[in-house]
Amino acid sequence: MKVDKKLVEYLANLSRLEFDDTKLEEITAQLKGIVKYVEKLNTLDTGDVAPTAHILPLKNVFRKDEVTPSINRDKIFKSSPESDNGYFIVPRVIEE
Amino acid sequence: MELCDKTIHDLSGMLAKKEIQPSEIMKSALSRMEKTGEFASFIKTFPEEAMKCAGEQDKKALKGSLSGIPVAIKDNMCIEGKGTTCASHILEGFTAPYTATAVQKLLDEGAIVIGKTNMDEFAMGSSTETSFFGNTLNPWNKDTVPGGSSGGSATSVALGEAAGSLGSDTGGSIRQPASLCGLVGLKPTYGRVSRYGLVAFASSLDQIGPFAKDVEDAAILLKAISGYDAKDSTSVNAEVPDYPSQIKNGIKGLRIGVPREYFLEGIDNEVEACVRKAIKDLENCGAEIRDVSLPRTEYAVATYYIIATAEASSNLARYDGVHYGLREKAGNIIDLYKKTRSAGFGDEVKRRIILGTYVLSSGYYDAYYLKAQKVRTLIKEDFSKAFGEVDVIVTPTSPTTAWKIGEKTDDPLKMYLSDIYTISANLAGIPAVSLNCGFSAGLPVGLQLQAAHFNEAVLLRTAYAFEQMNDYHKKRAFSETAENQVKYY
Repeated sequence: MKVDKKLVEYLANLSRLEFDDTKLEEITAQLKGIVKYVEKLNTLDTGDVAPTAHILPLKNVFRKDEVTPSINRDKIFKSSPESDNGYFIVPRVIEE
Repeated sequence: MELCDKTIHDLSGMLAKKEIQPSEIMKSALSRMEKTGEFASFIKTFPEEAMKCAGEQDKKALKGSLSGIPVAIKDNMCIEGKGTTCASHILEGFTAPYTATAVQKLLDEGAIVIGKTNMDEFAMGSSTETSFFGNTLNPWNKDTVPGGSSGGSATSVALGEAAGSLGSDTGGSIRQPASLCGLVGLKPTYGRVSRYGLVAFASSLDQIGPFAKDVEDAAILLKAISGYDAKDSTSVNAEVPDYPSQIKNGIKGLRIGVPREYFLEGIDNEVEACVRKAIKDLENCGAEIRDVSLPRTEYAVATYYIIATAEASSNLARYDGVHYGLREKAGNIIDLYKKTRSAGFGDEVKRRIILGTYVLSSGYYDAYYLKAQKVRTLIKEDFSKAFGEVDVIVTPTSPTTAWKIGEKTDDPLKMYLSDIYTISANLAGIPAVSLNCGFSAGLPVGLQLQAAHFNEAVLLRTAYAFEQMNDYHKKRAFSETAENQVKYY
């Protein structure tokens, strides 16, 4: 799989990140090295091995459907960069 | 010896006998902090609040196991009403609306938080050099790194600023700085300690654990923070043993395995010599030493950097400039995300988000992420098999002692490979501890012990038995008096 500038630009857009050209070159080179290194996993036969997503044998941890106090909303909005009366303010999303 | 250089169990003993008061301990710790600022353990300190709290404890009967004890908390754990930065610019302006369970448990035992410690940005790093606020210096040699990512939590204890501290360990971020700073650092079993209030890096690997001057202190801190928490659905509802009372039971007849794969290439000669000597010491304590094999060890770093970055790229999607923290102005929402994230994250974090996005993206998922999850199964099976034959596995913690500041910052892969001995424990979810087993050119060498799930007690018992064979844990990196400036080496 070819790691090049075009791929990194594509990934940057997916990740909502921007890089200038110098940084893009640098990250592409570093990513190439890292991807080459991790490809050593392909030397292992994992044909019928089940994947591990999580180390504990946990399934559907439910709690009782009870109303309990939650974090005060004002406390949460205190940290938001821009808000108004219980709403987060963002630039206009829907076209006029 | 100043009060701030004493262990938690010594201080608690003195408090119980009313030889000292909490405010005297706090004065000592705060006075130390004034002298050690250049090491930059902290992102934020709370001296007045801590002194006030200690003064109030002077007047009360002390009940908690950590009453009057100054502690430091890695700045990726929330404390209500205080900032949590994760050493990142992107969390500028964020105030935590609640307290992490592990921190709350320390407070419930009477501990007093003196500050939030420096770290690699979002815990991504092995040297505390990726912090937005600048790097932390190793107390044993200012030209070297303290390890990471919990570097500040390590140095705060090594310098006597805090009597104990909390860090988080995703691939070695407690054990490796403990090794490089000559401390005891323990990563508990995944699920032993609640992650509620710990800012997520890689959720299937992250675990909170203590830094301490010796094994008994580590046992006290571990007991305090362990246990089920309804607020973390991955915390396990299992009984918490009374760790401190079990450490002195000895290791006669205990089977200790030495995995041959950990002593191949890349290990420093003096590190290997210290670890080999430590294994001899364990044998002299009555343990039975056996050869074991963990054949997939060489695949651990590659597996880890796929799984950890995949989880990180997802976890860090929440930093969007909308809900909290930094916001860069832009005309539309997509540009707002891009500009905020590009200005807010540092290079290493961006690199890992890109790699994580790559291994999860359509067309590459099976080749990288799924493949890594399968190898994770094999690595886990290696340990299950080994723990059928032995009770504890002994290895070095880090292939080298602390390296020079800047030495590995230009080569991410080289930095990643410094975690080669610690990463497997996170992939397998098992507990592991690092403790000092000697010095090389004046820098501490770490010994790592690993055990099967929820067997922290046997780790601590083994570590304690080893600790009694030497006096490394009694050495302090920082001394206030001229005649003691001559260090141990």
